[in-house]
Amino acid sequence: MALEDRNRVVILEDRVENISGAEFPLSFDAQQPSRSLEELKNSLDIKIVHITATEIEFDLIGVDASIANALRRILLAEIPTMAIETVYMINNTGIVQDEILAHRLGLVPIMADPQDFNWKLPEDPPTDQNTIVFKMKVECMKNQSAAADETDPTKMYINSSVFSSQLDWDPKGDQATRFADKPIKPIHDDILITKLRPGQLIDCEIHCQKGVGKDHAKYSPVATASYRLLPEIQILEDITGDDAELFRNCFPPGVVEVVNEGGVRKAKVVNARKDTVSREVLRHKEFEGKVRLTRVRDHFIFNVESTGAISPETLVSRALDVLMEKCDISKAALAKAIKGDMSDE
Amino acid sequence: MDVDQEKPSYIALLEVPEDKIEIVPGASADLTSMTFSIKEEDHTLGNALRWCIMQNPQVDFCGYSIPHPSEAKTHIRIQTTESTNAIDTMNKGLDDLKAACHMVRSKFHQRLTEGKYTRSEQ
Repeated sequence: MALEDRNRVVILEDRVENISGAEFPLSFDAQQPSRSLEELKNSLDIKIVHITATEIEFDLIGVDASIANALRRILLAEIPTMAIETVYMINNTGIVQDEILAHRLGLVPIMADPQDFNWKLPEDPPTDQNTIVFKMKVECMKNQSAAADETDPTKMYINSSVFSSQLDWDPKGDQATRFADKPIKPIHDDILITKLRPGQLIDCEIHCQKGVGKDHAKYSPVATASYRLLPEIQILEDITGDDAELFRNCFPPGVVEVVNEGGVRKAKVVNARKDTVSREVLRHKEFEGKVRLTRVRDHFIFNVESTGAISPETLVSRALDVLMEKCDISKAALAKAIKGDMSDE
Repeated sequence: MDVDQEKPSYIALLEVPEDKIEIVPGASADLTSMTFSIKEEDHTLGNALRWCIMQNPQVDFCGYSIPHPSEAKTHIRIQTTESTNAIDTMNKGLDDLKAACHMVRSKFHQRLTEGKYTRSEQ
């Protein structure tokens, strides 16, 4: 296989070829060097494209899919966050049953940095170091000032809808001073938790604790964390004239442009990154042998969208910390296992 | 505040099992072939570690499997040449993976401080 093709996944009209890499010592020829750390240092690159308050897009280049995938999996399931774990229902006369209401409350994302809190094991008592307490007491009543012919429940009644903004943080211990500059609250104020009608009320105490997404999705710090491989469009033979227009229309806008070169209209790839790899171009007979669609196997375009509790750039950094910590834990466990084996004999 | 701010622990250490790594019976006498059973780990560590170990030219074979989906266990099989053994290779693999993560992390931070990206509020 040609050297430059080794890290390309080839997209054909009915199949995908060269899917898995073989970048391992000796897999191509005896002289091939191992992709050791030294080589990783040279091949590794990161390009940050865009950052917003809750989203980051960056390119991770030159690593194996297993590393990129570990990063993605950790982002989804192994970065700790704070979420509602226990709801003490004092009174609930609403139509939504206790367990359903508790589940709905559990999914409300909480604005709190998990690094300010300790882990709480089942046998640990709740303390100001491992638990956040919210109180919610909502009673629905008739709105006396509403017009007699009013039909809109939000105007006829007070508290006809219960929103996440009605969770009241109850600081314990020194929490009020510790979090004076970053008060703990639900990230979004407009999450509808339940609806009530006059005479119904909900009174509960809510405890949040630290957890990870693999235990329950409510602990996941991200809304999405995904990657895709960079698409590449290779034009093997010039595509000119009306064909160039047809070629351009096979791709999403902005991927291919028609340029005028010496009076000849010619198709030119301007931004393959925008391509959805729909393979439309492979359906046309006139482009047979003129175009090749590939993806770069070691170029990952990451998209991470945070729920809002932890900034997206911090999430990526923490995900790598988690993976490093996993290595440390396994290394210590390996040393212990070998010691144990020795003493058995 | 008794939260360690210097080196935060992301993994609840008390939840790490006592016998996190076990050596599956059947290792060769010269220790060049061995299967390690790691508890409470999955594809996240398994696949990344497998890749790192395979980069070692002394390794003849490395593969991982999750023997049963409802058991939180990952098996990693290593076969090496006679110039080393599976335990050392495993150790090196873990070190290399950590170093690789460290490299990615410092590169990410470097790019963050360089600030060659667009930023918007929404």
